Amino acid sequence: METKNIIELKHVTRSFEDGFSAVTDFNLEVRRGEFVTFLGPSGCGKTTTLRMIAGFDLPTSGEILLNGKSITDLPPYRRPINTVFQRYALFPHMNIFDNIAYGLKQKKTPKDVIARKVQKVLALVDLEGFERRNVSTLSGGQQQRIAIARALVNEPEILLLDEPLGALDLKMRQEMQYELKDMHDKLGITFIYVTHDQEEALTMSDKIVVMNEGRVQQIGTPEDIYNEPVNAFVADFIGESNIFNGIMTGKFRARFGGGEFACVDDVPEGTHITAVVRPEDIEITAPEKGIVQGIVSNVIFKGMHYEITVEAGKNEYTIQSTKNAVTGSHVGLAVEPDGIHIMLAEDHTNVFFADINRDFRLEYNGHKLDTSVTKIIAGSRRLEDGSLIDAQGDPIDLNRTRIQIEIQPEDIEMTDEQDVGLVQGNISNLIYQGDHYSYVIQTDTEQDFIVYDEDLWNMGDRVSLIMPLEKMKFTYVRKK
Amino acid sequence: MKFSRKTLGIPYALFLVLFVVLPLLVLFFYAFTNGQGQFTLRNLTGFFTDPNALGTLLYSFAIAAVTTIVCLALAYPTAYILAMSPLKNKSVIVMIFVMPMWINFSLRITAMKEILTFLEGNLSMYPFLNSVLGMTYDFLPFMILPIYTTISRLDGALREAAMDLGSDEKRTFLTITLPLSVPGIISGVSMVFLPAMTNYVVLDMLNNSTYIMGSLIGSCFAAYNWHAGSMIALILLGLICLFTLLSGSGEDENNRGGALL
Repeated sequence: METKNIIELKHVTRSFEDGFSAVTDFNLEVRRGEFVTFLGPSGCGKTTTLRMIAGFDLPTSGEILLNGKSITDLPPYRRPINTVFQRYALFPHMNIFDNIAYGLKQKKTPKDVIARKVQKVLALVDLEGFERRNVSTLSGGQQQRIAIARALVNEPEILLLDEPLGALDLKMRQEMQYELKDMHDKLGITFIYVTHDQEEALTMSDKIVVMNEGRVQQIGTPEDIYNEPVNAFVADFIGESNIFNGIMTGKFRARFGGGEFACVDDVPEGTHITAVVRPEDIEITAPEKGIVQGIVSNVIFKGMHYEITVEAGKNEYTIQSTKNAVTGSHVGLAVEPDGIHIMLAEDHTNVFFADINRDFRLEYNGHKLDTSVTKIIAGSRRLEDGSLIDAQGDPIDLNRTRIQIEIQPEDIEMTDEQDVGLVQGNISNLIYQGDHYSYVIQTDTEQDFIVYDEDLWNMGDRVSLIMPLEKMKFTYVRKK
Repeated sequence: MKFSRKTLGIPYALFLVLFVVLPLLVLFFYAFTNGQGQFTLRNLTGFFTDPNALGTLLYSFAIAAVTTIVCLALAYPTAYILAMSPLKNKSVIVMIFVMPMWINFSLRITAMKEILTFLEGNLSMYPFLNSVLGMTYDFLPFMILPIYTTISRLDGALREAAMDLGSDEKRTFLTITLPLSVPGIISGVSMVFLPAMTNYVVLDMLNNSTYIMGSLIGSCFAAYNWHAGSMIALILLGLICLFTLLSGSGEDENNRGGALL
């Protein structure tokens, strides 16, 4: 059956013995001839996913289908897929001709056919006449093009490219981006491209898959991803953004960032939202004409535009403008309604489980909490023999019960005094959200906590988390 | 005293002159002169017309060749498997292979002698075999180490690229890994073949009374025939130079330093 999708990944997961999961539940459909880019920061799992498509890595679970048929167990040399490696991997003991002809020789192609095809592909990458040259005599850009030629000459169904432009200088990189896009349009082959450079992704792709920490964050066209990011990570990663927490105050009206704005997203009044405003969409005007007022705190010339920072009360705005601004001046900020993108605020409630010690009191990370199981499970009481019964008199099996604790990020206090809080950890991530920072703390109990704090802490700082008992919400959970 | 590069080089220069240049000059002098101190090529021609000398050369060659082949056959798979394995403390295992070199050579050969006597009854029955076994045991680490080093330094992406382009594991080995490991092989071979041609101690201790090059030189000097002995030594030197030149042409810039011990 001829399916439209040339490649499908279904629930692909790659995890390791120590529990670390490089890729989790990756789902994707790629249509024939598409240019798809996996985009994300280092370590997000994009290269691992690419390697699984190529066959160099096996998924722990999930399926990879090519034209509807499973190739999950096929070795790389049986897949009609070719790869362009990050550092080219050209064979040093062969000249250019033999390098390019390698794949064709394995398929026992006749010599004259090989010669013709190598000629054609060298013309495609604009390196005719280089057949007898040795790999070491080529520049980085030339080696890159030979690597591309070596892959393309085999006429694969899918071409995989693993950050191929990383080692080139800016000018060469931009040139190659256009050339690759050109090649793609001319040849009609499906391209799957991996990069951490969002500009590259936006320039070349038909479809972008944004990844973070092994999971797909968003799949869409460059315009969709840029204009309508689905969460704070995507908004922050693609382009510059101003991200604020806020709330809807009416139909098409939202309050955030120190002001009330008209917007175009229809979200019910009272919903907690996260608003994204691109720096180029903010206009600096006279204070009385702006929706928000502030003071210019910094101006940097960036060649194509000025990057202007404006402090509006507790909020900080980053603006890109071709017009200069004077540091220290009072300004007003205005945004058109369609320059604001509203996302539903993510539920960042911290959820974790407490241990129950012998006295039926709750403990976490070795610290005793001033509450006990009997207080949490309504009507329960302890018996003389040390067992626990509930309100109906039925025994409670402690092996099957769990006490769940929920606490909001804004209720946790961070301090650098060690051991005064419930748990200690290191800051592994932080995002600025307009009037506060959102921190991810990787703690010693291997649980991640999200904490909001107005102050700026550094990545990697060791902190202790103080959680007031009255802000904790306890739930009795029965395991099945 | 100023420690410029020139002054620091003086001790080494002295060493070079005293222990390398001068002995070489002496060797040349004796090789091309006769008992009366006159220049002669008789030593050279004498060697190549003496059937015993030529026979010795051939025998040495045979032992060295067989030893080298056996070493290669044993060392290559070992080095390959070790280099490709995902073990974490590979260098420790490599150390284990190299450690025998730290133990006195005579002790090791004596141990080998005991084992062989136990297996064969009388060592004199298999002189050639015993010599090869003894030399292989002695020189194996010299073959394993350079091959292991070369293979483990190969870029893994090259193998992946080959497989990506359609080669299965066997073809990838033959077209990529093997050709690129040749510098290691050459290094190993040169460290085994040449010593194997002259190491008469192994033969001696294993009761092989056949002469090889080393023993020939020794017997010449024992009879105070400095001239013939020097010439034989010079011939060996010539062979070594020839070999190095030939194998040197196979090296290129990339592999210059990496393959040697």
